[in-house]
Amino acid sequence: MSYSETRPLPPWYFFVPAIAVGTGVLLPLVYLLVRAFEAETAELFQIVFRIRTLYLFGNTLRLAIGVMGSGALLAMPLAWLTTRTDLKGVRFFTLMGVLPLAIPGYVMAYALLGLSGPNGTFAELFGTTLPRFRGYWGALIALSFYTFPYLFLNVRSALLGLDVTIEESARSLGSRSWEVFGRIILPQLRPAFYAGGLLVGLHVLGDFGVVSLMRYETFSYALYTQYTASYDRTYAAWLALMLLALAGSLLYLEARLLREKVFHRAGTGTARGANPIALGRWQIPAYFYLATLVLASVVAPTVAICFWMVKGFDPSHLRDFLEALSGSLMASTPAAFLTAGLAIPLAYLGVRYSSSICRALERGAYIGYATPPLAFALALIFFTLRVVPGVYQTLWILIYAYTLHFLAEAIGPVRSALYQASPRLEETARSLGYPPFKAFLKATFPLLRSGLMVSTAFVFLAAMKELPLTFLLSPVGYETLAVNVWSYTTEAMFAEAAPYALAILIFSALFVGLLLIRDTNQEYRDTIIKVSR
Amino acid sequence: MLKYLAGILSVFLITATFGTAKAKELVIYSGRSKSLVEPIIRQFEKETGVKVKVRYGDTAQLAVALLEEGSKSPADLFWAQDAGGLGAVSKQGLFDKLPESIRSKVPESFRNSVGTWVATSGRARVLAYSPKRVKPEALPKSIFDLTDPKWKGRIGWAPQNASFQAFVTAMRLLVGEEKTEEWLRRVKANGAKSYPKNAPIIRALADGEIDLGLPNHYYLLRFKKSDSKFPVEQTFFTAGDPGNLVNVAGIGTLKSSRHAEEGLTFVNFLLSGKAQQFFVSETFEYPVTDEVISNTKLVPLDELLKLTPKLNLEKLDDLDGTLKLLRKVGLL
Repeated sequence: MSYSETRPLPPWYFFVPAIAVGTGVLLPLVYLLVRAFEAETAELFQIVFRIRTLYLFGNTLRLAIGVMGSGALLAMPLAWLTTRTDLKGVRFFTLMGVLPLAIPGYVMAYALLGLSGPNGTFAELFGTTLPRFRGYWGALIALSFYTFPYLFLNVRSALLGLDVTIEESARSLGSRSWEVFGRIILPQLRPAFYAGGLLVGLHVLGDFGVVSLMRYETFSYALYTQYTASYDRTYAAWLALMLLALAGSLLYLEARLLREKVFHRAGTGTARGANPIALGRWQIPAYFYLATLVLASVVAPTVAICFWMVKGFDPSHLRDFLEALSGSLMASTPAAFLTAGLAIPLAYLGVRYSSSICRALERGAYIGYATPPLAFALALIFFTLRVVPGVYQTLWILIYAYTLHFLAEAIGPVRSALYQASPRLEETARSLGYPPFKAFLKATFPLLRSGLMVSTAFVFLAAMKELPLTFLLSPVGYETLAVNVWSYTTEAMFAEAAPYALAILIFSALFVGLLLIRDTNQEYRDTIIKVSR
Repeated sequence: MLKYLAGILSVFLITATFGTAKAKELVIYSGRSKSLVEPIIRQFEKETGVKVKVRYGDTAQLAVALLEEGSKSPADLFWAQDAGGLGAVSKQGLFDKLPESIRSKVPESFRNSVGTWVATSGRARVLAYSPKRVKPEALPKSIFDLTDPKWKGRIGWAPQNASFQAFVTAMRLLVGEEKTEEWLRRVKANGAKSYPKNAPIIRALADGEIDLGLPNHYYLLRFKKSDSKFPVEQTFFTAGDPGNLVNVAGIGTLKSSRHAEEGLTFVNFLLSGKAQQFFVSETFEYPVTDEVISNTKLVPLDELLKLTPKLNLEKLDDLDGTLKLLRKVGLL
């Protein structure tokens, strides 16, 4: 701390963009608040305190808890099998634990709906009808399969980092394997579950595609129906505020829980890996479990999409498809470059200046990431319409929303690159007579290039598959891949939706590929930790 | 670095400007779904050379957007799925008066008396059902029979949809506020499932999710066109029942429009024989002008008019009240 206090304030060219980001995120949210309180008190009371609010609250919470729980059930055995046992094909199954991230929730929901029912893929392939899941169970399944990798990644790296000596001591004192697992291992995994659970929870709160396609009423879905089908938007504003409050409580809760649980290793030095446990006769159930997981989370949805693609391929729709593709590109490309550019000052402040104000500024980006997209979009609509009507319903506002929402994903790679670039280099450049900005350009910037490239790619791919922001903020007549998947699926036109779903699948797979190349485990954990503090 | 920055900036500007470029384009807010009207819009573009941009959405959503945007609205035309949405926008004074040459093209019952909107096609509310699971003689005779416990969990409706909302508005006028509210509550308590639109109701009937549905008449006919054995049928309630409401889709030009002339050209085009024939033959709706060959798959218009409840469509303009009611009973 004393080190940072002796440092001067960061130069304006880093400071100003960082402040702009913070303001950019907070201003629309503040405006949402203003808008929400515009209603008369009596009416307000009627809007907010009614049974329906409680019902939505219950539904949202039930779904979040359900998805966290089933996600943990899916992730825990996978993580344990791939880190602690003599399982064959560990690399493959680890990959399969991450790959479901390539199938966004709404695409998963599309696949589930397309698989089931009398005209579904399953019925056509096997002759028996798969029952159609709707409502709670449908939403739970789609969201669990999509989000469990967040838990898997966290639990896996926690398992790899555990101090084996504690387990060994317990065993030497006579504890049985399952006792060791329940008393020693599981409690130590708690922080990993909290961190993963937080990400899953934020996804559930922010999700719009799955709950709307599955017709399960949560805050997001109610927000959408209010927005689309009601005169009075005060209620929509209130729903957005409630959603924000829920996301905020989740962040707070997670931070509290993590603070109480700090684990230390008993010895010093690097952690030693555990001796793999021989599966023996448990091999068969283990492989069966893994096969089912891979089948359900990756194979089945992919087959469903390809099936509808082949079945309903209509070359006359090519023009529409290309239009949607170019629409997606037109917003994602500038957003990616802009975001990567903004990631530099924010990462720089976070790494090189550890004063509390700099950390607070860096956190601005994480607020943007944690804000439920529909709430953010609604705030932006109100804000632009009243304050800057010139940009209302233009592409600029969509780019703006993407940038602030995905900035957190872009900071990670730039930050790791900055850690590797020694401040001494820049100091040397300055001592050689370069002015500070030039010194940064000459000494540090060249080392950030690869990090920047990765950031740009991350944001580009993330924006390509994003649904709720795109949905609410797209300008008139503007078509994108994600919105087409959604709108064709709401009309149960599965064949028409297929090419768009397949395109999303490809872009998302590239996104996950990038994640894997970068061993982003670390980066994701960084993000998680930042989000929760 | 500077090169890199310049690169970023130019890519950014090129893509963004490309995207927001403001050419001379007609902007339509369409409450009618894309799959129904896109072909005819493309046809208009081809014939007139005028570029058209369409914002598709629910009729109520777009009506609200128009009210919120006011004079800043980018829209030139509002093409609504029902008379209620048109009435709401007209009541706020956002529409221009249409010239006599356009108004005179449709009969009096297919336009409002102030002359701010004209109908473009007619449609009816129907009772759709699964013939596999419901025998025709067991079908409900009136909309009020849907509260019967034997239909528990078997009904599908679309409270977000403008046609459904217009039907509720009509019901409020026909049987009164209280009775409508009670009906909504009781059908909801009877486990009615909410779908976002009409087409998913038909699909859900075929997929066995529900046994009865309340859509507009033309959706099923479109499914039958591509698959004549599609396992869903439809019929009417007893004559005069609110569930048989005949409604119109219609269009008006906005005062805030910057392309008034092209806007009127579009309205004229929709009332031309070619467009009317498209609605009749392709989307299975009723024409609003005379010069059209009728579709044999449709119940003749004069018969339909005997089934519908007696009501002036212009009176359906209290969309706000209907939305409040739907919210009150927890359907929105």
